[in-house]
Order: sequence, then C-alpha cells, then structure tokens
Amino acid sequence: MNAIETAPAASMQLISGNHACALGAIAAGCRFFAGYPITPSSEIAERLSRGLPEVDGVFVQMEDEIASIAAVIGASMGGVKAMTATSGPGFSLKQENLGYAAGAEIPCVIVNVMRGGPSTGMPTRPAQGDIMQARWGSHGDYPIIALAPASVREIYTETIRAFDLSETLRTPVVLLYDQVIAQLTETVELGDAGARGRAAAAERKWASGPRESYRPYAVDEDGIPAMSRPGAGYRVHTTGLNHAEDGFPTQNPEAVARNLGRLLAKFERHRDLIDSWQALACEDAEVVIVSIGISARAAIRAVAMCRARGVRAGLFRPVTLWPFPQAALREATAGARAVLVPELNAGQLSLEVQRILGDRPVDAIHRYNGEPITPAEIAERASSLIDTTGAGSAKAPGVRRAR
Amino acid sequence: MSATTMLDSAAEFDVRDYLRAEMMPHFLCPGCGHGIALRALLWAVHELAIDKDRLAVVSGIGCAGRLSAYIDASTFHVTHGRPIAYATGLALARPDLHVIVITGDGDCLAIGGNHLIHACRRNLKLTCLMLNNEVYGMTGGQVSPTTSETRVTSTTPLGNSEPHFNACALAAAAGAGFVGREVTHHVPKLKELIKAGLAHPGFAFVEVMTDCTEIFGRKNEMGSSAEMVLRQKSELRPSAYRDTVDMPFAAKDLPTGILARNDRPEYGEAYRRAAVAIKSAADNPAAGRKSRQ
Ligand code: SF4
Repeated sequence: MNAIETAPAASMQLISGNHACALGAIAAGCRFFAGYPITPSSEIAERLSRGLPEVDGVFVQMEDEIASIAAVIGASMGGVKAMTATSGPGFSLKQENLGYAAGAEIPCVIVNVMRGGPSTGMPTRPAQGDIMQARWGSHGDYPIIALAPASVREIYTETIRAFDLSETLRTPVVLLYDQVIAQLTETVELGDAGARGRAAAAERKWASGPRESYRPYAVDEDGIPAMSRPGAGYRVHTTGLNHAEDGFPTQNPEAVARNLGRLLAKFERHRDLIDSWQALACEDAEVVIVSIGISARAAIRAVAMCRARGVRAGLFRPVTLWPFPQAALREATAGARAVLVPELNAGQLSLEVQRILGDRPVDAIHRYNGEPITPAEIAERASSLIDTTGAGSAKAPGVRRAR
Repeated sequence: MSATTMLDSAAEFDVRDYLRAEMMPHFLCPGCGHGIALRALLWAVHELAIDKDRLAVVSGIGCAGRLSAYIDASTFHVTHGRPIAYATGLALARPDLHVIVITGDGDCLAIGGNHLIHACRRNLKLTCLMLNNEVYGMTGGQVSPTTSETRVTSTTPLGNSEPHFNACALAAAAGAGFVGREVTHHVPKLKELIKAGLAHPGFAFVEVMTDCTEIFGRKNEMGSSAEMVLRQKSELRPSAYRDTVDMPFAAKDLPTGILARNDRPEYGEAYRRAAVAIKSAADNPAAGRKSRQ
C-alpha cells in the first residue's frame, strides 16, 4: 500500500466520510441502527434512516445515547447486525453498555466521530482525544477492537471490516475517526470495495446441534463461543455478571478465571485478521512518523516534504488502533533514529508508542486547540529530530511535548 | 373468567414446566413477593400458550432483575435501568418474538425512567412487568422512587420525606397503550392482568405490588411475610378489595386492575408500513421523493 487511497477511478461518487460509513454499514449487512443526534456524527443516522428501510432493516432514534447502544445490543442479541454512531460525549455515555457487549460477547459496531473535548468541548472541531477512551472507557478488564480510518474510502472499507471482525470474533468494534474525515467530501470509487466487502461479509458463528449439549460460552480451538439466536430452540441466559460456560452467573474463582481469561486472550490467536496498518517509506527511514486520521494525512505530505529536503522520513499508520499492531510498529521503526507522533490531543497515541518502543526516544506534536496539524509543521519537526539527533546520539527517552 | 375455570387452569399449570430446574434453589429471601409475581407471569404465559422458544425475557438489575435467569426461555439480564431499551432493539429487530421486560421500581423509575416514558410514548409491542417493593432490596434497602412517605430505609433513617411516584399514572400520562396494577395477594387476579397485558398489541405496563420482606418489611416492622401480604389489603386499599375490607376506605392511592387502555398504532407495525413506502419510493424514484443511492 503506497498512500491512503483517495484517487478517483472509473465510477466515482462524491461523498462525505459519514455518508461512506452509512453505505459501508449497509454493504456489510447491518440491518439495525439506533442512534441519538450528536454533532459531528448525525449524518450517519440521517443516511441510515432512509437507507435501512430500503433493505428491510430498522432505524430507530432513541431517547438518549445509552438507550441507543442498549437497543443495538438488544437487536444483535436477536441475531441482527447492528450499529450505533455518536461523538465524544455520547461515547462516554455508552461505555457501561459497551462493557456489557464486550463481557457478554455480543457483536456490535460503535462509531465515534471524535470532536474537541473534554465535556461538550468543540462540537464542530476535530480532535483525536478518545484514543485511550476507546481502549479503556468501560470499567474492568475487557478486550476491544478499534479501527481508525483516514479517508472517505477507508471509512467505507473499515466500516465493513468492523462488522466482519465484530461478527467473527463476537466483540464490539469501535470505529474511530475525527471530525475532518467525517465531514470531508471526497471523490471515491466504491464499486470494487463494496463487492469485496459483500463477498467477505462475515457471519456469526451460530450454535448447531442438540440443545442438551450446547453450552453458550464453551469454545473450541478458535476461542470464539457459538452464539444462539432466540427462537432457535436453545433458550439460553445472557448476563453481564461474570458467568461460566453455561452462561449462568458464577462467583466460582476457577470458572470466572477460565471464562474471563479466555475472553481477555481471545484476540491473540486472531491477530492476522485484526492487525492492519500502513507503513509508508519506512524501509530506509531515519525518522518514522506514527499517526492516525487527519494527522496521518498531513504526515503523508510531510514525508514527501522531508524527503525533498534529504531527510529520509516514513509513516507508520495503525489502521487497527486497538489492539495496537505493535510487532509491525517495532519492525517499521527498527532502523529509525527518531520517532515522531503528531496527534490532536495532549498525548495518547504517543503513550502507546512509547510503551511499545520502550526506552527509545519518542517525540510528539500534541495539539488540542481545534486546529489540525499541518504537513509543514510535521516536516519541520521531523527534520529537526534528524538534524539534532545525529547518528548514535539518541535523545533521552520519554515523550517531548509541544503545544 | 369464573372461579371454577381459574381453578381448572391452576390445576393443569405446572410452574416447573417454565422454570430452569438447574437454577434452583433460587436466591430470593424467604417470603419475598417476587416469587409470587414470577409464578403469576408464568401462569399467564401458559394460559396464552406462548411458545417458550418464541419467548424472550429481558431484565435489569436488582432483585427483580434476577428473575429472568429462572425462566426457561431466551433470557437477557442486562445493565441497570436499561432493560426496556435493550428490549426495544430486540423487539424491533425480531417482531416474531414475544418480548417481556422484568424490572423493579428503582430500575424502571429512577435510573431507567427515561426509557419507560419513551417506551410508553413509542408504543412498541412489549410487556413491562414492574415489581414494586418500594425499595432497593439487593443493595441493602435504600429509598426508591416509590417508597411511601415516612417509611424507614437505610438512606432515610428518619423516614422518607420525598413524595413517591404513582408509576401507573406516569405510564398512562406518557401514553402507554395498556396500564394496570395488581398485588401479589391475589395471584389469579394478577395472572389475569398480566395475561391482558401480554395480549395487548402495544406497550403494556403492569405494576405488581410485591413485598420485600427481608429488608423493607424488617426495617419498617411490618411483621412476617404472611402479615405483609395481608397488609396489602388493609394498607393499599386497592379497589379490588373494596368489598372485602371492613375498614372505611381512605384515599385510593393505588387502585388496582386495568387502569388505562388505548388503541394507538403499535410502533413496529407503523414503522414497517412507513418502510414499505420508503422502499417503493426507492424502487420507483420518479414516483416518490428522490432516492439516495
Ligand atoms: S432483598 Fe427483599 S426484594 Fe430482594 S429477594 Fe430479599 S425480600 Fe426479595
């Protein structure tokens, strides 16, 4: 992959990121959406209020953010692919039920279009401040997948992938992108991607065999329990309480450790399916920029600007943000003397990058004033790291802050 | 229904046919009214011949919320206050299922109050059984939105000074298609009310006055569980006992029976009708509004 795919092709459409998300959901087989109006994600709901009934799906505007995710999980428990969309404040409200979906292993897709924060923040300005919330927002220990598309076309393909991962791995998947990408209008060609998406559309692993031998959370080698659809004769119990393989609440330490341990480890053997990233010009890079969303798009320009002035820069862009593709990051940065993380927050992605790279120096541009980071700023900082670092004189470890 | 047929029906109804034997013994305190409400619900399900495989029960958090685990159906024990919202998604996605919500007074009226009033307004076909014992039992007996004035709870040591909700009046005002209240003192009547609620084509709200014997009863020195059930006659003064209670009636705070009914369009039906119009407009853009690709 060379660049974020934005190039016009044969049959083109001029659509926004949020529009692409709605189209991707329908292509992936989403047939239920519950939402609550919030800037800058409302266009997804508006599109689906018309798009879903056209394909015999259901759209409902609920009374609040909590009800929206609750209804989505309810629909998914009924066996229907379901999604909700929101922004920061609404994402906060959804966290408890997101934890329920993670714990009870109910597939669903939650779109969070990031805006300025904290609190009501800046509803119409971009931010990338929910990176850590997407990972750690609900209480207790649970696994989560978060995807971070960076273009209109990628929102479409990642929405499809979000459903596929969610259904295949029985997990909530967060689709995380910023206000710029959401409301940016780009010319995209979806025909291909749509066909690919539909061909790949994953089905949940459904229970089969006699009721007597079905245990709702028992697994085989893949670690993913087969789900039962109400009406299929299994009549099982689903709960947010810690449960044993039979699905009923338990406080038996061995049973809890066994099921929760399996849950927490369940993504590890599926990293091939989950991990996704873009490594652009990293092979010979002396400075690797690590970034997502609109900041990563600025970084693509910055890579070219650096190289034009003789600084060998590269970009590592995690498309799957959680679990972080850490092996790929280590590989992409193996030969680099410096790592730079530009992001629209006070330091989140840089923390994870620093964690993965250990004592290697990680520099960062942190901005939280509602303005995107420009290519020139990234290029300048990246070049300065090389100018001042010099071969073999690595800076002290730790994140350096700016702005 | 005459007294004879009630008895006949009781004879052929075996609650064990609808319970998960592997979950016994249950966790309710001795004398808790929730077990009586559960039996009445399952009796109603039996008399309406609702297929267990088509039955989905969604419950919230609290003592009432625990009941779903005992029912031999597809059961969902969800987050505190949200069972109506979960059930809304389930029922909209799966109109072939019979969806029942079991909730308590705290779950339904405090943390989940917003979902209740909007479910009443939306009028999606769901039966919401709210077990009202005037207290948060599971967490140790704190004051709830339905705790009567002056009652002692673990957070109103000197007696409750907040006015309590009249849940049925609230549901009716919010537009619920079916609203009723009954007490656990009279199980056949309770079963009949639940049956009527289950048969209602829209959102049905059924409030069941039950006794938290172990915590609320003890704190308020209300005696044994049998004494508490008897108090339902003398203290609640429901209209059902107008003829049997010998005391002069005070203001009827909590009347029983079917309290409100209307035949507003059911939401799921209405939605599916509108969807047909959207679809035909999409198939035939010239005839309808411009369709989106
Ligand atoms: S605490 Fe009260 S409501 Fe809960 S089971 Fe015991 S008696 Fe019933």
